[in-house]
Amino acid sequence: MKQKNNNVLPVMMAPRNRQTDPFRLKAWHGVVLASIVVLASIPAFAAEEPTRASMFEVLVRWMPLLLQGFVFNVVISISAMAVGTITGAALGLGQISLNGWVRKFAWITTQFFRNAPWLVLLFFAMFLLPFEIKIGSLIIPLPDWLKAIFGLSLPVMANVSEIVRGGVISLPSGQWEAAESLAFSRTQVLWRIILPQCVKRMLPPWMNLYSILTMATVLASIVGVSEMMTLTGQALAAEGGRTDLLIPFYSFVLLMFFIYCYPIARWTIRLEKKFAVIN
Amino acid sequence: MAWSEDQPMVSIKDLHKSFGALEVLKGISMDVMKGEVVCIIGPSGSGKSTLIRCVNALNDIQQGSILVEGQEVNDHNLDKLELRKKVGMVFQQYNLFPHKTALENIMMAPLLVLKQDKAEVEKLARQLIKKVRLEGKEESYPGELSGGQQQRVAIARSLAMNPDVMLFDEVTAALDPETVNEVLLAIKELAQDGMTCMLVTHEMAFAREIADHIYFTDRGVIVEHGPPDTFFDDAKDPRTVEFLGQIL
Ligand SMILES: Nc1ncnc2c1ncn2[C@@H]1O[C@H](COP(=O)(O)OP(=O)(O)OP(=O)(O)O)[C@@H](O)[C@H]1O
Ligand SMILES: [Mg+2]
Repeated sequence: MKQKNNNVLPVMMAPRNRQTDPFRLKAWHGVVLASIVVLASIPAFAAEEPTRASMFEVLVRWMPLLLQGFVFNVVISISAMAVGTITGAALGLGQISLNGWVRKFAWITTQFFRNAPWLVLLFFAMFLLPFEIKIGSLIIPLPDWLKAIFGLSLPVMANVSEIVRGGVISLPSGQWEAAESLAFSRTQVLWRIILPQCVKRMLPPWMNLYSILTMATVLASIVGVSEMMTLTGQALAAEGGRTDLLIPFYSFVLLMFFIYCYPIARWTIRLEKKFAVIN
Repeated sequence: MAWSEDQPMVSIKDLHKSFGALEVLKGISMDVMKGEVVCIIGPSGSGKSTLIRCVNALNDIQQGSILVEGQEVNDHNLDKLELRKKVGMVFQQYNLFPHKTALENIMMAPLLVLKQDKAEVEKLARQLIKKVRLEGKEESYPGELSGGQQQRVAIARSLAMNPDVMLFDEVTAALDPETVNEVLLAIKELAQDGMTCMLVTHEMAFAREIADHIYFTDRGVIVEHGPPDTFFDDAKDPRTVEFLGQIL
């Protein structure tokens, strides 16, 4: 058999350094890209009908309102995340409870809300919750945005529950055994030994979930909450439904979400890498 | 019925233990007196770990009795935490808490379980670190220590609870050969101080040196037992002879 000596297989070559990859996206890349889309469309259309205000002018005029809407999206996402995290953590601990009934209840609840479309849950929250709660003479109004927070917190809760359960069972059983041998009570084992170690592991999927939730807050526009998507639609309507405004306006919406979510995604990856090194 | 020191510290009678349909321990009996060092040897899967894990109720028992200082372990109303305050355990995989320093690992249980004073506990922990020859490693995290060092921290961690009995489950089996001796030395000093010890080990020379009594288990029963010299030089049962022949 003839051997070709000059035939160098890829595996035989020295590995290239991946760190200097020039094509890795940075946060500002996204900003630049989206800005180009917005700006590029301006002269093309503006030249067409000089009598009407240029797209850029229109966009700038509406920007404060749209940004207000975006702040609302952020508020909804943070609130739903907070509610979902607290209830989800409780549910996740329920899934590893020693009590069989608690475990079953937590498991079924988790599975139910984890496998339901977010939009459907949102609709349920919107139409099943009353618009106000009466406790004696006290009347607590339940505005739509509050219901939206509640509706979005349900799938967050179920996902956090799974993150917590997964984090706890991913620890080697030796940690439990060592702590139990030292006469720690179950509660102490969980809170002093197991959970502190899990938090690190749970952080990246939790942040990931937050990104997904933030992007899902635009679903609230379908049920009429005046967040950024809703306001964008209203602004466009107020401008008389000019089709040339669609692309810049929705690009602006995309841009805002990108600027907010991309750094979170990068940070998540950084944490994942860091913990992969430690463990 | 009060327990007194002339009675066995650990008394195991006709112990049976199953995992589902698999009966792992089939009637084990042994007594361990205060200050005695007992070694349990035997082939893999013979139930050695299971046996000593029953002593601190990490495994439950189907039948038979274990008395630790007169306290019945095979009892539904057993206060496991009280039992485990008296019985320390060291594992093959060290199982240190990776998010705590060596010193914190040692201090945790006395602080949280025994609710002792923090300054006292820290003093004790530093003494124990010294005792296992790890001065200077107080602030190191487990990940920064070698296997042998981690295992010595694990021993100190158990000792911090001031137990009456120590259980060791193949504590040198996961170590590099160079670090085995430093751990064995720590155990030996402990035994010389009069600690009651039950050790599962594959280190025959060590067992012979420190044990007062050796038990050989195979398939869930004690095949042969006796003082080290008799056991190693005069083994009667063919299974023991074969096992010793393979390992020595
Ligand atoms: N939690 C468990 N569930 C089911 N079976 C188990 C469990 N723990 C141990 N066993 C089985 O019990 C038997 C005895 O196991 P054990 O760990 O006590 O053996 P060993 O003598 O310590 O062995 P080794 O020297 O390998 O550590 C084995 O057959 C094992 O598969
Ligand atoms: Mg074993």
